[in-house]
Amino acid sequence: MSQKKIENVSRREFLVKTMSVGAGLTLGVYLPGCSREEDTRPEAGPGKAGGEVVAESEFEPNAFIRINSDNSVTVIIKHLEMGQGTHTGLATLVAEELDAAWSQIRVEAAPANPILYNNLFWGPMQGTGGSTAMANSFEQMRKAGAAARHMLVAAAAKKWDVAADEIVVRDGVIHHQASNKQARFAEMAELAAQQPIPQDVFLKDPQDFRLIGQHAPRKDSANKVNGTAIFTQDIKLPGMLTALVSHTPRFGARVKSFDASKVKAVKGVSDVIEIPGGVAVLAKDYWSAKKGRDALRIDWDNSNAFKQGSDELLAKYKTLADKPGSVARSDGDTKNAFQSAKQTIQAAFEFPFLAHAAMEPMNCVVQLNPDGCELWYGAQTNTMDQIAVAKLLGLKPEQVKINMLYAGGSFGRRANPASDYVLEAVSIAKAINGVAPVKLVWTREDDMQAGYYRPMYYHQLKAALNDDGYPVAWQHRIVGQSILAGTAFESMLVKDGVDQTSVEGASNIPYAIPNLQVELHSPVLPVPVQWWRSVGSSHTAFAVETFIDELAVAAGRDPLEFRRALLKGHPRHLGVMELAAAKAGWGSPMATGRGRGIAVHESFNSYVAQVVEVTLHDNKSFSVDRVVIAVDCGIAVNPDVIRAQMEGGMGYGLAAALSSKITLIDGGVAQSNFHDYTVLRIDQMPAVEVHIVKSEQPPSGVGEPATPVIAPAVANALYQASGQRLYALPLQLSA
Amino acid sequence: MIQLTVNGTQHKLDVEPDTPLLWAIRDTLGLTGTKYGCGMSLCGSCTVHVDGVAMRSCALPVSALNGKSITTIEGLNSRTARAVQSAWEKLDVVQCGYCQSGQIMSAIGLLEQNKSPSDEDIDGAMNGNICRCNTYVRIRAAIKEAVRSLV
Repeated sequence: MSQKKIENVSRREFLVKTMSVGAGLTLGVYLPGCSREEDTRPEAGPGKAGGEVVAESEFEPNAFIRINSDNSVTVIIKHLEMGQGTHTGLATLVAEELDAAWSQIRVEAAPANPILYNNLFWGPMQGTGGSTAMANSFEQMRKAGAAARHMLVAAAAKKWDVAADEIVVRDGVIHHQASNKQARFAEMAELAAQQPIPQDVFLKDPQDFRLIGQHAPRKDSANKVNGTAIFTQDIKLPGMLTALVSHTPRFGARVKSFDASKVKAVKGVSDVIEIPGGVAVLAKDYWSAKKGRDALRIDWDNSNAFKQGSDELLAKYKTLADKPGSVARSDGDTKNAFQSAKQTIQAAFEFPFLAHAAMEPMNCVVQLNPDGCELWYGAQTNTMDQIAVAKLLGLKPEQVKINMLYAGGSFGRRANPASDYVLEAVSIAKAINGVAPVKLVWTREDDMQAGYYRPMYYHQLKAALNDDGYPVAWQHRIVGQSILAGTAFESMLVKDGVDQTSVEGASNIPYAIPNLQVELHSPVLPVPVQWWRSVGSSHTAFAVETFIDELAVAAGRDPLEFRRALLKGHPRHLGVMELAAAKAGWGSPMATGRGRGIAVHESFNSYVAQVVEVTLHDNKSFSVDRVVIAVDCGIAVNPDVIRAQMEGGMGYGLAAALSSKITLIDGGVAQSNFHDYTVLRIDQMPAVEVHIVKSEQPPSGVGEPATPVIAPAVANALYQASGQRLYALPLQLSA
Repeated sequence: MIQLTVNGTQHKLDVEPDTPLLWAIRDTLGLTGTKYGCGMSLCGSCTVHVDGVAMRSCALPVSALNGKSITTIEGLNSRTARAVQSAWEKLDVVQCGYCQSGQIMSAIGLLEQNKSPSDEDIDGAMNGNICRCNTYVRIRAAIKEAVRSLV
């Protein structure tokens, strides 16, 4: 396959040499010319599913674009497609500057390469997260497209013997009006490949955008609608074994001994092996492995196991919150302001552990080869995984090939800083000496119970008010495990004992309060924790936005007007808030038993406001009927993808607002599947309207920012409807 | 041996009788469009049609299905199916896509029984299918779009 694609070696060598010259000088941002030396593209993967015939590449101007002999254009996407639409978004950027027709654009997932496919906000490190995909790629991918276009135009100018600036490219057609000559990209590809790399490229003026800001249908719709999209779960290699793992029922426990006698009697089982953290059963298929694992008896050594529960942790966290913590932000003189205040209000907030519960439970396919290792999975922290796997196997990172497949959701989970499920798969393959490829499959129960949760948090908030009821002092203490401690991100994002991901959304509140103190306690526990869609904002937004609402009510002011007064100098917060309020009909009367609430929050440089309407149905139950969302995410590259992320991101947060909760009891996880870890179902989904603020700012992310806003908006609406102020998630009215 | 007709083709499956239909479809027949999500008929990712009725395949042993006719996402070709899949594409319903085979099988199952479902009918029929990307707003809209196109 690789030979077929890299057919013309002499031309390719020529390209690599000539392009390298210009690369470092002008276009180093995307390193054209450093085309992949070896072809690491997966046999089956995004854009390849369904037996699609891959056309020969005629022109590879850089690491992101191939113009093929069938006139299709393949855009290589460095980020993981997990539903957020990055395949569509990044391809839009290339197509815009290339002036390609959207229909001729194909997408393909990039191989692991920290230099070529660097996340420019992190690197050199390839990875997807923090809603950075569009933001870090916006200029890079447009430049890639513009450079390719420049070379195609130069080729046409040469061939037709006309001036390059008389040539127009539109919808994939290169056209010279005066001579009435036109050509498709493929026809110019060979000559284009011989043109020098442009010293600089001009990017379009935003007013000339033809695709950006318009509707470009998703590139992954068709194969996800007809069942041909290939996920990790769907990979099948010759001789492959399926592995299920019995994990420690308590965090920190170890295997003392195990009895595999009944396991080996199960038809289809081939191996039972101990690995770090459990025992793996390998079999010819899933069901045999599952039956084998069910027959496994393990005696656990609990001497170092964690044996506490959520209740004990909460009691401990409450005690901690009474003491000063590490200072995340300190403005003015908060202590003095509280001492001289006539009126103070305080509140405390509780947040449970949460599972990500992506529809595709964690899984990974591994094949060990004489010269390295090859992986197939929804890779999200590609470079970190590559390094971790190399270390485990005694290889160089470049000997670890990663085929980045579609992920069946992630919400942060697949970006595990410890590469947990990836290393588990590799450990199993290593334990059987690589005699067969291994597909590690987690059951839903494994996915729910084997760890990595949004940490449990406890917040204490206190405000001192002036005579008008506005806050003059604000003290916010947060207690909860650090996500980043012990990870590769610690040195970057943990400063003076403050994990930025624990306090984001609280330490940077936009409200004008002269005396402001935000503090953090980060207790160390053996419960594995990880970022969960919107990370710190998943809890800080609730505490801040419901407390502000409470202050507004205490001041006898309208919550919208109260926020407006405190948000002077924050036009983007104000912009989304006013838009959502206007579209929702803020201020219009609500029937008895109904309530309307608002919340506004910035995360990942995107601003989201939501106005929610709720209805009480009896003493304790309620429904969320309508959500009006306004978002300012800079230039709206794909408005429909933005709308989809607002709808879905809000829904993801609504599940946690209404019912999702992981509870620890005696060191174990009480929930196991969707019957007791309940998530949003269609009958709980409100009607949703999304309004996008027109902006000329560079685009920022949309995958996460809608998630944290819904819970406070619902709680604030519930207060209006019921008079009950709720301080814990999931939200529960008392009778 | 279990005898099943899958997407119009007869198969004699040499699998353990307690094997859930899902794994016979995926691992034995190699049809991977039907997904595993929970193993307890809670999430609907594994939805297929058994004799034309949408059912969860993850906890349905093949021994109970001898002689039955199964349709998976790969075997769809009815007018209703085409309408539903076209509506799903037209409205760009999918995000991660993992649950969508199951969603589509349930939606077709609904429309085969009820040509003009109310909002409550839609929510009722689709309530067993979880989408963690929360594409529900578009699922509702796509079902209505399919209904319109079938008139």
